[in-house]
Amino acid sequence: MRQFLTFVKKEFLHVLRDKKTLFILFGMPIVQILIFGFALTNEVKNSKIVVVDYAKDIASQKIITKIEASRYFEITKSLAGSKELEAAFRTGEIKMAIVFPEGFNNQLLHQNKALVQVIADASDPNNATTLTNYVSSIINDYQAELNQTNAMPYQIRPEVKMLYNPQLKGAPNFVPGVMALILMLVCVMMTAISIVKEKEMGTMEILLVSPFKPIMVIISKAVPYLLLSMVNVITILLLSVFVLDLPIAGSILLLFAESTLFIITCLTLGIFISVKTDSMQTAMLISLLGMLLPTLLFSGFLFPIENMPMPLQWFSNIVPSKWYYLIVKGIMIKGLGFSYVWKETLILFAITIFLLIISLKSFKIRLS
Amino acid sequence: MRIIKFLLIKEFKQIFRNRAILAVIMVMPVIQLIVLPLAANYEIKNINLAVVDNDRSDYSRDLINQVVASGYFKLRSYNDSYKQAFTQIEDDNADLILEIPGGFEQDLIRENKQQLFIGVNAINGTKAGLGAGYISDIIRNYNNGLRKKLNVPDSFNAIPVIEITSSNWYNQHLNYRLFMVPGILAILVTIVGGFLSSLNIVKEKEVGTIEQINVSPVKKYHFILGKLIPFWILGNVVFTLGLLVGWIFYGIIPLGNILVLYTFIAVYLLAILGFGLLISTICDTQQQAMLIMFFFVMIFVLMGGLFTPIDSMPDWAKIVSKFNPISYFIDVMRMVIIKGSGFKDIRNHILIIIGFAVVLNTAAILNYRKTS
Repeated sequence: MRQFLTFVKKEFLHVLRDKKTLFILFGMPIVQILIFGFALTNEVKNSKIVVVDYAKDIASQKIITKIEASRYFEITKSLAGSKELEAAFRTGEIKMAIVFPEGFNNQLLHQNKALVQVIADASDPNNATTLTNYVSSIINDYQAELNQTNAMPYQIRPEVKMLYNPQLKGAPNFVPGVMALILMLVCVMMTAISIVKEKEMGTMEILLVSPFKPIMVIISKAVPYLLLSMVNVITILLLSVFVLDLPIAGSILLLFAESTLFIITCLTLGIFISVKTDSMQTAMLISLLGMLLPTLLFSGFLFPIENMPMPLQWFSNIVPSKWYYLIVKGIMIKGLGFSYVWKETLILFAITIFLLIISLKSFKIRLS
Repeated sequence: MRIIKFLLIKEFKQIFRNRAILAVIMVMPVIQLIVLPLAANYEIKNINLAVVDNDRSDYSRDLINQVVASGYFKLRSYNDSYKQAFTQIEDDNADLILEIPGGFEQDLIRENKQQLFIGVNAINGTKAGLGAGYISDIIRNYNNGLRKKLNVPDSFNAIPVIEITSSNWYNQHLNYRLFMVPGILAILVTIVGGFLSSLNIVKEKEVGTIEQINVSPVKKYHFILGKLIPFWILGNVVFTLGLLVGWIFYGIIPLGNILVLYTFIAVYLLAILGFGLLISTICDTQQQAMLIMFFFVMIFVLMGGLFTPIDSMPDWAKIVSKFNPISYFIDVMRMVIIKGSGFKDIRNHILIIIGFAVVLNTAAILNYRKTS
């Protein structure tokens, strides 16, 4: 045991000595929470649009004022013709154009029917759909005002309630995602590097010939990152509660226990990568290129997993961060207890054991 | 010139010697570009629906059928009470609850008015917003159909109606992949170029071989150029592979001139490689270099407009993203590939990236010291 503690102390010294690395390890979660909390939003607003108003009458002006007043749109300029329009789309200046034909108000009053043309830049399909919906609802509003006197018969009104997140903020979705992402990357990458480093520098040999068991060498390398990650979990939770106003609905203790389990999963994944690779660069590229985008995508916090093709849905099941994300979402946002997340916990546990066994199997105590 | 030639020979030998890394550089982006666009799909379909039908009338059944027939919703369960349906949301078996009140049919006819209750799991705000939008749309349609069926008199048609015709330019079928593939390729090229260059000089430092360069007559800019050119070529190769993957797997052929793309990527790679080399000269170990690069790439990617629109960001974030090279790259990729923009349209983008390239590479050369 004393031997073990000495080793852990050595690893700690290594970690603490490198100030630049430490700075990044602690700074990353803070920056990410701030970016996700304040900069990123899936909401579409302030979209730049143009209005081509051939009508220039009361009706078109009223609708334009309404559009101007909404926070979704920013009318940049009025254009004369369709040639200019195409150019404006191509430079990316505008996302949408609304065209009122000549005699708009006249048609509306006398023929009871008028036409508005809405052109969206659908190179971003969701943006296009959302903007078209916004414009339609603004125009529908105007129409309802016109028809105030004639109420529609047989009115069915849906009353929509947004559960858990009434203001549709990004944070309840992002915070669990960021936790999964940070822990995954920090633990996997750092453990992988620190072990491969000893191999590459040649110091692994010295450790292996020492009376200390090889497996303990590996474990002592993981301990500092376990503690470091716990600090990161605490930072993220503090930030989300006090800066993002996102309280922890469920049990904090349970959340910490689950986080510890996930951190251990990641550490074993890091050990697995380090066992399989010989150079630091390879270890880094695998843990980064191989982990960053898949973690972002398959944990399900950016893109819904149920939309993916079947093989990818199956694949997402072996991504540990997916299960951790579900657990954190359940405990932190929905306030559920252990009885709701035991299945996910069990899967994480199984992944950990599996990784541990195959790493141990392929761990060579002799240099080739 | 001869010195640079020798340096280049050395660098290429080193690159080709390490097969593992070469494989990682070439294969990983290709695989990711094939797989990721399939995953990064924001068309919201298959919303899981839990129904609480307290009425059990013809009308309520019609409504439910219409909701399910839309294709957006998957009916997962009938529940006896809202409470029961809510546990379905807690278990993640349902995303949306539709509750139809008792006496729905009767009251609608008698009182001309009826309310439905919809509860949406809004942890993922986008999904919730779109889901609520879809179901409201369907209910409105159902409502209109019902009016027709109940034979509302023609006076109804005398009300002025504004008809909205919408057209989606550049991407008529709202193909989400057309939107994602160019963006993901931009990020992969950046990651490969950035990481390789940031790790390179620092590796020589760590291994100690930089001493040999330092005592040789190699000039600072020779050294930096010798590092820059091989990765510039590699970056172009990865980019070309990416375009091929986009064409073969997703049928995406750039609408604009491919020369425009290559002109931009030529300048862009200089900028991003310069950034990597600058980091490389600052750091002492590969681990530091990689983490710092990662730190920036993470911020660049998140704020680059790949996943969320830059227009929606608050003002401070918009200013930050002006200093984000990836956001220009993603923008240009989408403009040229999807909209067919030409040199004139992306002139500003190119000028800004040239600015980045000049500043970053100058900084890297100045910051590289041959004596400690």
